[in-house]
Amino acid sequence: MPAVSKGDGMRGLAVFISDIRNCKSKEAEIKRINKELANIRSKFKGDKALDGYSKKKYVCKLLFIFLLGHDIDFGHMEAVNLLSSNKYTEKQIGYLFISVLVNSTSELIRLINNGVKNDLTSRNPTFMCLALHCIANVGSREMGEAFAADIPRILVAGDSMDSVKQSAALCLLRLYKASPDLVPMGEWTARVVHLLNDQHMGVVTAAVSLITCLCKKNPEDFKTCVSLAVSRLSRIVSSASTDLQDYTYYFVPAPWLSVKLLRLLQCYAPPEDAAVKGRLVECLETVLNKAQEPPKSKKVQHSNAKNAVLFETISLIIHYDSEPNLLVRACNQLGQFLQHRETNLRYLALESMCTLASSEFSHEAVKTHIDTVINALKTERDVSVRQRAADLLYAMCDRSNAKQIVSEMLRYLETADYAIREEIVLKVAILAEKYAVDYSWYVDTILNLIRIAGDYVSEEVWYRVLQIVTNRDDVQGYAAKTVFEALQAPACHENMVKVGGYILGEFGNLIAGDPRSSPPVQFSLLHSKFHLCSVATRALLLSTYIKFINLFPETKATIQAVLRAGSQLRNADVELQQRAVEYLTLSSIASTDVLATVLEEMPPFPERESSILAKLKRKKGPGAASTLDDGRREPGPGGDVNGGVEPAPSTGSTPSPSADLLGLRAAPPPAAPPAPPSAGSLLVDVFSDSPTGGPPSLGPSPEEAFLSPAAEDPGIPIPEADELLHKFVCKNSGVLFENALLQIGVKSEFRQNLGRMYLFYGNKTSVQFQNFCPTVTHPGDLQSQLVVQTKRVPGQVDGGAQVQQVLNIECLRDFLTPPLLTVRFRYGGAPQALTLKLPVTINKFFQPTEMAAQAFFQRWKQLSLPQQEAQKIFQANHPMDSEVTKAKLLGFGSALLDNVDPNPENYVGAGIVQTKALQVGCLLRLEPNAQAQMYRLTLRTSKESVSRHLCELLAEQF
Amino acid sequence: MIKFFLMVNKQGQTRLSRYYEHVEINKRTLLEADVIKTCLSRSKEQCSFIEYKDFKLIYRQYAALFIVVGINETENEMAVYEFIHNFVEVLDMYFSRVSELDIMFNLDKVHIILDEMVLNGCIVETNKARILAPLLILDKMAES
Repeated sequence: MPAVSKGDGMRGLAVFISDIRNCKSKEAEIKRINKELANIRSKFKGDKALDGYSKKKYVCKLLFIFLLGHDIDFGHMEAVNLLSSNKYTEKQIGYLFISVLVNSTSELIRLINNGVKNDLTSRNPTFMCLALHCIANVGSREMGEAFAADIPRILVAGDSMDSVKQSAALCLLRLYKASPDLVPMGEWTARVVHLLNDQHMGVVTAAVSLITCLCKKNPEDFKTCVSLAVSRLSRIVSSASTDLQDYTYYFVPAPWLSVKLLRLLQCYAPPEDAAVKGRLVECLETVLNKAQEPPKSKKVQHSNAKNAVLFETISLIIHYDSEPNLLVRACNQLGQFLQHRETNLRYLALESMCTLASSEFSHEAVKTHIDTVINALKTERDVSVRQRAADLLYAMCDRSNAKQIVSEMLRYLETADYAIREEIVLKVAILAEKYAVDYSWYVDTILNLIRIAGDYVSEEVWYRVLQIVTNRDDVQGYAAKTVFEALQAPACHENMVKVGGYILGEFGNLIAGDPRSSPPVQFSLLHSKFHLCSVATRALLLSTYIKFINLFPETKATIQAVLRAGSQLRNADVELQQRAVEYLTLSSIASTDVLATVLEEMPPFPERESSILAKLKRKKGPGAASTLDDGRREPGPGGDVNGGVEPAPSTGSTPSPSADLLGLRAAPPPAAPPAPPSAGSLLVDVFSDSPTGGPPSLGPSPEEAFLSPAAEDPGIPIPEADELLHKFVCKNSGVLFENALLQIGVKSEFRQNLGRMYLFYGNKTSVQFQNFCPTVTHPGDLQSQLVVQTKRVPGQVDGGAQVQQVLNIECLRDFLTPPLLTVRFRYGGAPQALTLKLPVTINKFFQPTEMAAQAFFQRWKQLSLPQQEAQKIFQANHPMDSEVTKAKLLGFGSALLDNVDPNPENYVGAGIVQTKALQVGCLLRLEPNAQAQMYRLTLRTSKESVSRHLCELLAEQF
Repeated sequence: MIKFFLMVNKQGQTRLSRYYEHVEINKRTLLEADVIKTCLSRSKEQCSFIEYKDFKLIYRQYAALFIVVGINETENEMAVYEFIHNFVEVLDMYFSRVSELDIMFNLDKVHIILDEMVLNGCIVETNKARILAPLLILDKMAES
């Protein structure tokens, strides 16, 4: 039995821990813990004031219980009390409890802050460290606000102890990360950089972490850290193994600090100052040299620490990517590690080499290790190492070794772990396409992929092979022959059937001359797979069959018989049924010429970025993409050898071959038609030609546009716009807006889904308004929901005169935002503009519905899904007058139903929102509570958005 | 940055956990169980670095005790791997041949040691004498 507790024995605690250990079952443990929690709770609640020692003991027990995985919901106060103890041991436990259990959102922060403040100002370094640790670990905004000003001062003060500086550096880092606005850069920043020169290594270690974070956000402010970091690094690297005393770890001088310094340097480009750069290169070379020297110790700790520095050095060399000599040396060093017996080193070497492969300086050097890497792919026992090997093969692939790498990856695929198969498939598909010199190799590779790992071949992969075969006529015959042979296998993957079906449907004629693959043979081969396939594949095959009728008239009778069979014509699947019916009819009634036109060979696909590449990027995240887009690797004009398949930037999606096979709808399309600019604008076009006729409502006429060039931009509604809008939710006429110049009155009437609105613009001045131009715009989706046609108004409004504008409104579907009315005019030469919300809300299209109590409750129950109901409880903003309330509800548009609600105080209403597309039934209930001056409003409609919107509109009215 | 530091035994019992990013307590239990399962399923030939969700686990096994450190991409795997050993050596020095029981019974001390070495997810001190200095003050105070 080891020392139960070193130092101050807390016997009670030791006993408790032993008890827990001796518990035979989880239940017994929980029982023991609950007993202890009850005990502690009673102690904390008891009348007797606890002394510091007991408090510490119980808090320590709670901490232990927490670490066993039980939530602790009390004891925080006692822990905070411990902070103010003078005894280090007690204070220490208090801080420990807080930094482990308290998160930055706790309400206790203010109390904790008090304790922290006292300790920070105590000038006792041990206490100060505790307080700083606490801030660094909890780091809430409130703490930041309280201490952000003090920490930089403590950090750079000349008289701060080393340990205090260390804690202050990490503390500041925490505050900066949590709330950068609280840590303004200032005079202290320059002095922080100089901490890199501090004679104490611990301080430097802490300061590097802080500076690394700060310089990422403010690279210019901290640029001086580069030369300081280089000289520090140089002193460490060139020191004898005993110089740094306790910071030497198994004969390696300050390994962790070296790693951190090297990381810091990776925030910047190579130093411009030749002297600094020379010194740095010397350091990097020293590290590389040391790796070749015999180890100073046989201990694994020595080599691990040394290699940690070495890997970071190589990272920096790769980051700079400017020293060919160093890059090649780094590559050779990693090459040695590839065969090391330590798996960790092999893993890291593969990972590191992967980034090295994308540098033009070291790409060739990396390639020399291809055999080792292939061997790793075959023999490594750890899947994550194999994964790295596959990544590296992918990264080092170019035209010279593509065939070897692709065939090795295909071989690996046969035994690869399921987890990484899809990724390997994608990689093989990309490499095969990218480095294909002859496309027969490409086709073979993809068909092999489907054969070996059909389940992992995604749509993107087989779509892509079809696109390429369609676009390249030199490979079509070969592709047809190869798929035909592949389909001979008794069991072939469904993806193979899809690819085979498509290719034979397009290019089966190219191999029809051979009696072994005559048209009837092709057809029966495909049809032998038909019944085992999914609906999507069968649909594709039906399209292949109709194409066969065009390609090979001799198969027409056989195929028509297949189409006519009950299993097709009456297929339960509508897609299959439709295809069978249409293709049968087409083949029966269309002349050969028409058939030939309709069923012509697919036109080439437009070139676009390989969708496979896009998929791989999605899988691996943006970071991986950089190693895939190897613009660097193919410098010079050789990059275009691939001809048509070099990825071209485009965002189009891959067309679905099964849908487009016939090109029926757009017979021979030269390419995919350009996409309409947006669905929204398409709808606008439709609606401007709406049956009611009249001029298009949207936008100003050309003349108006000329007068006010910015008329398309509706501007931002004035601040009162919402308030003005709410005034008109329950009424239809009144003054919509008034200022010193202009008054706008409104009068409107609505019936069903139509409305007419009169706007009266009154010029309150004695001067004529010129270029007077009111326009109505539809923000967002409103274009497709509401049509507002405006009649023209004269461009001048005389002083004191009033002009009237008529608006015809049609509600197409439910909408949330009102249209905007923008009024522009010139007054005394100065342009005026003002944007209001037009008082058209969804409730204007509300038709009251009378119904009896029974019917009401029946419908109320039918609308019981949570999303159909919207409810708001809110404070009354107006006197709770029953008559006014009733008038408002009627004005809102609903019918008021008496004798429905058992409580006569409550209001119940019903109505239907009438839009052109649909009608939405709506029930509402308003329950006033006169004592509390509150209302509860409940809306139920069949449409979630309508319920919510009506509820919001109506709640504003009371 | 170091995201968390765990000591878990082969039975899956957590002996020490320190999080440098806030994690809900119920999520901690799940994470710890999953992490130890992942580590236990690995053989000696496998490497000590595991890609886990969006970060990496670095682990070392000492007898029946696993020390697992979660890091993000800004840390050097090998440096963290050896840092774990440095931590164990400090424990060994303080407890003279540390065992799982020492850690259980002196959880507060172990926490103090770790807090001296890692602060806010950053390695802050690696010098054994300096790491142990505050603890020695504590012990001295308790004796007097």
